[in-house]
Amino acid sequence: MADLTTDFVGIKSPNPFWLASAPPTDKEYNVRRAFEAGWGGVVWKTLGAEGPPVVNVNGPRYGAIWGADRRLLGLNNIELITDRPLEVNLEEMARVKSDYPDRALIASIMVPCEESAWKAILPRVMETGADGIELNFGCPHGMAERGMGSAVGQVPEYIEMVTRWCKQYYDRPVIVKLTPNITDIRKPAQAAKNGGADAVSLINTINSITSVNLDTMSPEPSIDGKGSHGGYCGPAVKPIAMNMVAEIARDPETHGLPISGIGGITTWRDAAEFMSLGAGNVQVCTAAMTYGFRIVEEMKAGLSAWMDEKGYASVAEVVGRAVPNVTDWQYLNLNYVTKARISQDDCIKCGRCFAACEDTSHQAIAMSPDRTFTVIDEECVACNLCVDVCPVENCITMEELPKGAVDPRTGKTVGDYANWTTHPNNPAAQAAE
Amino acid sequence: MSNPLTPGIAAGRLSADEIAENFADLHAPLDMHEARVAADRCYFCYDAPCVTACPTEIDIPLFIRQIANGQPESAGRTILNQNILGGMCARVCPTEDLCEGACVREAAEGKPVQIGRLQRHATDSVMARQGHPFDRAPATGKRVAVVGAGPAGLACAHRLAMRGHDIVLYDAKDKPGGLNEFGIAAYKSTDDFAAREVDWLCQIGGIELKPGHALGRDITLDGLKAEFDAVFVGVGLGGVNDLDAPGAERDGVQDAVGFIAALRQADDLTKLPVGRNVVVIGGGMTAVDASVQSKLLGAENVTIAYRRGKDRMGASEFEQDLATSKGVRIICNAQPVAIHGNGAAAEIELEYTADDGSGLKGTGETLRLPADQVFKAIGQTLTFEGLALDGRKIAVTGAGRTSVEGVWAGGDCTPGDDLTVVAVAEGRDAAEDIHATLMGVAAPETGAVIGEAARA
Repeated sequence: MADLTTDFVGIKSPNPFWLASAPPTDKEYNVRRAFEAGWGGVVWKTLGAEGPPVVNVNGPRYGAIWGADRRLLGLNNIELITDRPLEVNLEEMARVKSDYPDRALIASIMVPCEESAWKAILPRVMETGADGIELNFGCPHGMAERGMGSAVGQVPEYIEMVTRWCKQYYDRPVIVKLTPNITDIRKPAQAAKNGGADAVSLINTINSITSVNLDTMSPEPSIDGKGSHGGYCGPAVKPIAMNMVAEIARDPETHGLPISGIGGITTWRDAAEFMSLGAGNVQVCTAAMTYGFRIVEEMKAGLSAWMDEKGYASVAEVVGRAVPNVTDWQYLNLNYVTKARISQDDCIKCGRCFAACEDTSHQAIAMSPDRTFTVIDEECVACNLCVDVCPVENCITMEELPKGAVDPRTGKTVGDYANWTTHPNNPAAQAAE
Repeated sequence: MSNPLTPGIAAGRLSADEIAENFADLHAPLDMHEARVAADRCYFCYDAPCVTACPTEIDIPLFIRQIANGQPESAGRTILNQNILGGMCARVCPTEDLCEGACVREAAEGKPVQIGRLQRHATDSVMARQGHPFDRAPATGKRVAVVGAGPAGLACAHRLAMRGHDIVLYDAKDKPGGLNEFGIAAYKSTDDFAAREVDWLCQIGGIELKPGHALGRDITLDGLKAEFDAVFVGVGLGGVNDLDAPGAERDGVQDAVGFIAALRQADDLTKLPVGRNVVVIGGGMTAVDASVQSKLLGAENVTIAYRRGKDRMGASEFEQDLATSKGVRIICNAQPVAIHGNGAAAEIELEYTADDGSGLKGTGETLRLPADQVFKAIGQTLTFEGLALDGRKIAVTGAGRTSVEGVWAGGDCTPGDDLTVVAVAEGRDAAEDIHATLMGVAAPETGAVIGEAARA
């Protein structure tokens, strides 16, 4: 059995699956149940400064988009940070941590961008025995209007400044949670590192409007006929999140900076992918909100089985394995030539590959009167669209032409690795050395 | 009060509640949620096989997508554009042999998209609203006689009315609808759907209904030709084949078609008599409808005896399974040789058959079954004269043109499968051909246009 124990910036947990700071982690009752269900760690719902807590709307807080069979693909929310008194949260955190010493318990914090505010709250968090803190610089709705959350996360100088304060007044690990609502994710990550952060976590939610009620002309979730953009999460955001994780992992300035991966993680496979791209552990929210805490069982069992199958003894061996293969387009091998192949045994003759290729791509699939679909190699550019629209997994695959073969489309012989930087069509090409 | 064990032919074998439950809708309509879930499974195939398999070439992927996207009424219009009896077809089509049999998810998972039930959801949605969804073109001044108000005649009359012609729709019976009204199992057309559908269809206007007018009795082909600009003959098959076996004249031996019609027209099914031991001779849909309904009325033993093998049965596999699930026994390779009894039928004697390649022959081995009621469901025949025949049906070329100029024909009285959906297609296409001929214009495209280029 592979060892799922995780040491993330010195914080130990029995497995790499943490619950992200969000509604599921807002109170002791939930967190205890999560730990009983087997979650490795919890980032407690974001704490605010002392005083009257924030208030939430009293109408719907979530909007959603669905796939086939109403499977939840994306969720957005307009809920703010915890609306319970600071004191109550701190007491509960202390109790839970002392009862579950082997689990990670992280305090998420969002207070005004003033040194005094951070200086005031950090010692109190320290008293709970929490294993570390996560700075919520990501929340994109509501709190950002008050100069907190993503309003901080969008200004690298603020990130660095606040991180520095935290490192100054708190002696346990500081994780900086990043907002994806920014042009270049590397900048805030660099700022966090420069401020002394032990790690970054990403992504927080994405600004979004999930739907519009066409009767009332109000965005959803609608509060008395009006809507505000919410934070988007769930399986739909996973590709965006993974790219951002990989960008930070492969940036020379932040390479090696520990990353806690967040964004649509629903299965063990999602988690393994995030970790291969450099995440030292993962945080989950929407999947738990959709299916309940028990999903962690499949995640743990699946990750462990896959690691056994591949011969990875520990989580650490997986982390970052795919990072060297994330590159720039200009370095992709232009002599890698593939052709689509349709398995006639698996084909159910729906013709979607034909419609996609004929209507929108390269007219590279032939259709016979008896609905046999075959690839025309002379036209196939290997775009993969047929594979993507085919409802039967592995019915259409891409076959690599061996070196020395002639591509019937271009008439050129498949040669050795060569990329755009040396391609004759590239005005800036340099002669290969 | 009788019961299933009451000897002979008797009414009231089951209580009114049991009868009501037995004759409830065979496939209850899908509600909105069920329809959305079912619609989600459609792959929106290119040049979809289901469309090709549909005799009326309904654009099935389009209407299912319209349901999936919350517009069942638009879906209904998509269906009715091609098939004005889309409501009835959704209830009676042997979908497992047509659209659903061709569905790629049948190939993929053995579970096709529920096209028939989705079609019903869509057509029910349209028909539930006020008003008829089609308008008539400006009046042409042309008059067309349509003889037979069954599926072919109704489809023809509606399409002609839509094109601006005035129609007189004759039917020999005192009620329109043809087999939809008289010849389909009651659990497929509940709540008087056949009659409601005719009323709804006629809301387009321009269709004058004349029931009680039989061709050859009250009206003649020559008379109609003289009075109208064109004539469409959709008279179906009025006769039934006789059973050639000793004892076939005994009381209790009757046509399945008559039994089914009586059942459909009965106000109170507890008053409809049925045998304790019923044997149905035949292997088609009529045999299944008669046998299943006998069972549902409370017959103790119901047997279908078919002279050929199971694979040759005209009834679809679904229908066969329906029959056996209701407790009907199906005996294949057995033909009737005699009906015994003292006056009324009491027993049927069957001989096993075999086909060694030189034709079906009796093996000499027989079996006897108690039979106080024997239904003949061995095929219907054309009872009409005056047009050239192709075998035992009216010969047609193109879109239903008969041997006589100005006279078109379609439905069960012409060659082709005897299915409601085929009759609708033939009536519709004949109407377009009549319109084109009368107006001197090209016949509009009636089949599905998607994928034509790919198939060419």
